[in-house]
Amino acid sequence: MISFEKSKAVVQAQYLIQTVADNMMRPVSRYFDEEEGEIPWDYIEFMHGALRQMGSASLTPDHEKQKEAEKAKKPRQAYVVMAHQIEMLSWGDVGFYLCTPRGGLGSAAVESAGTPEQKDKFLSILNGEKPIFTSMAITEADAGSDNSAIRATAVLDEETNEWILNGEKIFVTAGRLSMENTEGYTVIWASLDLEAGRSGIRSFVVPAGTPGFKIAKKEEKLGIRVSDTVTFVLEDCRVPYDHILGNPKIEKSTEGFKGAMQTFNVTRPLVAATGLGVARAALEEVKKMLEEQGVVLRDGLPRNKMTSIERDVIDMERMVRSSWLLTLKAIWMSDNKISNAKESAMSKLHAGDVSSKVTQKAVELLGPMGYSREFLLEKWMRDAKITDIYEGTGQINRLVAARAILGYRGKDLR
Amino acid sequence: MYSFEPNEEQKMLIDVAKRYAETDLRPAAHEAEEEGIFDPKLIEKGWELGILQASIPDTYGGFGDRSLLTSVLALEELAVGDMAGALSILAPSLFVTPILIAGTEEQKTNWIPPVIEAEWKAYTAAMIEYAYDYDPNELKTTATLDGDSYLLKGEKRFVPFADQAEAIIVYANLDGKTQGFIVPKGLEGLEVGEREATLGTNGLQTFSLVLDNVKVPKANRLGGEAGHDFAPILAAAQTSLAAVAVGVARASFEYARDYSKERFVLGSFIAQKQSIAFMIAEMAAEVEAIRLLTWEAAYMLDKGEETAAHSAYLALMGAIDMAMMVTDRGVQILGGHGYIREHPVELWFRNGRGIASLTGLVMG
Ligand SMILES: Cc1cc2nc3c(=O)[nH]c(=O)nc-3n(C[C@H](O)[C@H](O)[C@H](O)COP(=O)(O)OP(=O)(O)OC[C@H]3O[C@@H](n4cnc5c(N)ncnc54)[C@H](O)[C@@H]3O)c2cc1C
Repeated sequence: MISFEKSKAVVQAQYLIQTVADNMMRPVSRYFDEEEGEIPWDYIEFMHGALRQMGSASLTPDHEKQKEAEKAKKPRQAYVVMAHQIEMLSWGDVGFYLCTPRGGLGSAAVESAGTPEQKDKFLSILNGEKPIFTSMAITEADAGSDNSAIRATAVLDEETNEWILNGEKIFVTAGRLSMENTEGYTVIWASLDLEAGRSGIRSFVVPAGTPGFKIAKKEEKLGIRVSDTVTFVLEDCRVPYDHILGNPKIEKSTEGFKGAMQTFNVTRPLVAATGLGVARAALEEVKKMLEEQGVVLRDGLPRNKMTSIERDVIDMERMVRSSWLLTLKAIWMSDNKISNAKESAMSKLHAGDVSSKVTQKAVELLGPMGYSREFLLEKWMRDAKITDIYEGTGQINRLVAARAILGYRGKDLR
Repeated sequence: MYSFEPNEEQKMLIDVAKRYAETDLRPAAHEAEEEGIFDPKLIEKGWELGILQASIPDTYGGFGDRSLLTSVLALEELAVGDMAGALSILAPSLFVTPILIAGTEEQKTNWIPPVIEAEWKAYTAAMIEYAYDYDPNELKTTATLDGDSYLLKGEKRFVPFADQAEAIIVYANLDGKTQGFIVPKGLEGLEVGEREATLGTNGLQTFSLVLDNVKVPKANRLGGEAGHDFAPILAAAQTSLAAVAVGVARASFEYARDYSKERFVLGSFIAQKQSIAFMIAEMAAEVEAIRLLTWEAAYMLDKGEETAAHSAYLALMGAIDMAMMVTDRGVQILGGHGYIREHPVELWFRNGRGIASLTGLVMG
């Protein structure tokens, strides 16, 4: 039965996180944007404590709870709740959201590709006394959009039963938080056999402090400056045998790679949610600031009676709302185990456009005030732009969506 | 809790509407547009699907409760078949639905059953007026109290089936508020004008209508003496028009998608070229986004949520741009062939522009 009713869990989550956003993010948003490289420990400690207390309401779906719900034949909603949390955190400050402990792309990879033992080992440590971060390193200097082109290698040392990793990874989100500032881990994508192409690619858990691992560079960025983005260098970096996620055998099929790609079906709508949180923030701020300057935004007028500002604001509003519904539907499909490669790519490409357009329009609409660093509008425009770049650029998501729509494979459309 | 899955009853109705749209509406669309008339037998067949009847309670001759969401789902499917056809079949809803929403008990029992229990007959409504800034909330046609009657004065345009209408709901400005009046045929001063010629949807027969101080009994004011709130009627009209936009856009998207996989140019199918494939991906995303916005508006209206009117407005604002963006690309993807009337994309392109101007021409 079609329903647009928010569940209690969603309402609660939104309420809680809005409080966090109002008190712990917005007041220091500007500071951390200007002081690139400083770590928002207050926020991190607070979130870690809060998420620990809430237990199940953490930012990674609780699989025990999910299973219980399934048994009780209750509808699953963990991802829908999570999308709301992420949207609201990003409404507060998307850079801060990326500095939220426990979750992160690394644990998501363990979650989707790990064995039960690996999940036990690498997910339970997130729950400890001290905050822990995880990250995921796929991108290399010569392998961005085309992540099958990665050159990092993993070789098994049969004597010690360890994997030896070598290579260089760039643009790792929370690389420093996971590997330098906390006792976390990263998940490295590397090839078991460079000749084997996609089917040779596996991912490996590398804990902080592993010899042979180092951080080589910290990027300075357009936006989301509070979130660190770094380069990893791995030189004969050794991890135990059971740190490989998934099947260690190289088979002809590319199932392993496809499995990894399926993680994107969940993460893409969640990234869409981050951009839409920023866009909603910008939209609300624009309305507020315009009203403060005496602009009355009338509701319900036909197009041809509106002022140009009224028209822009309505366009922004319907873009944000429709894109959000597209995102919700994609993530709702994940909860309900309906295959959603098309929908998740569509939500990401749509939200990538919408978050960029809306935040850019917001700056334009406020004139010199929009351009000023006295207000957050210009920051949100910089922050929002990343939505259309990581987790597959807008172009890559167009390819993925188009293939699904047209029934094409990679070789048919590239 | 959020869900995006129609219930069983809705699925059945979607299915029925879809089949009719495919086997009857679509094949007839081209000729109807060229000839300016839809085969009445086809309209009757569409009427008998019971899409409107299913949302009228049995006290008034129907067999279900009103759900705009359900109507919107069916309307979209019909519009995928053909917009003019969909609007023709549902013209009586323009008359019945406002009465159901805002009428007095007496108006409902008097006026609804004769429409619902019979074969398709021309019942309709007159809302649209000629003005660049046409605004249903500020109509130029006026209603003035005159003893026991209201005098209606003004000119309406694009009134479906006005020439053969048994009765029309005429919307007019009464002291600054839009009110509906039930106007039976044959009243003095009611003049049906020229058959309208339009950019698209010519299969739907519309007419201009002059009201020269038409005297309507007080009892025919929608909602009786106290009148009614126009907002829910307008919201239903906006949401329904948005659903039609989604249907038209979907038709264009699906046709262009299939064509692009068969058209071979410079070494590959055009669908294999990014500039075409990317357009297709964007079209699909935009159609789906506005579709969900429309569902949400319908859901909110059914629930009587306070923000529902705004949702409906938002859905239509989105639908206006979406319909034009998608139908324009539909033509573009077919290239020169898209410009030839043998292919339907040019008709959808013309119809798509209508969404900006036709509030009041459809109501589910
Ligand atoms: C702030 C930030 C954080 C990041 N975090 C992470 C992280 O945590 N982990 C990680 O592994 N990576 C991360 N990345 C990397 C990110 O995923 C890549 O930058 C992105 O996938 C694009 O790769 P690229 O930069 O090499 O661009 P390129 O692949 O060089 O693309 C350049 C341009 O070409 C277009 N293009 C590429 N291929 C095609 C094609 N087939 N068809 C049409 N157009 C195409 C792209 O859309 C883009 O516009 C991060 C990046 C940034 C900026």
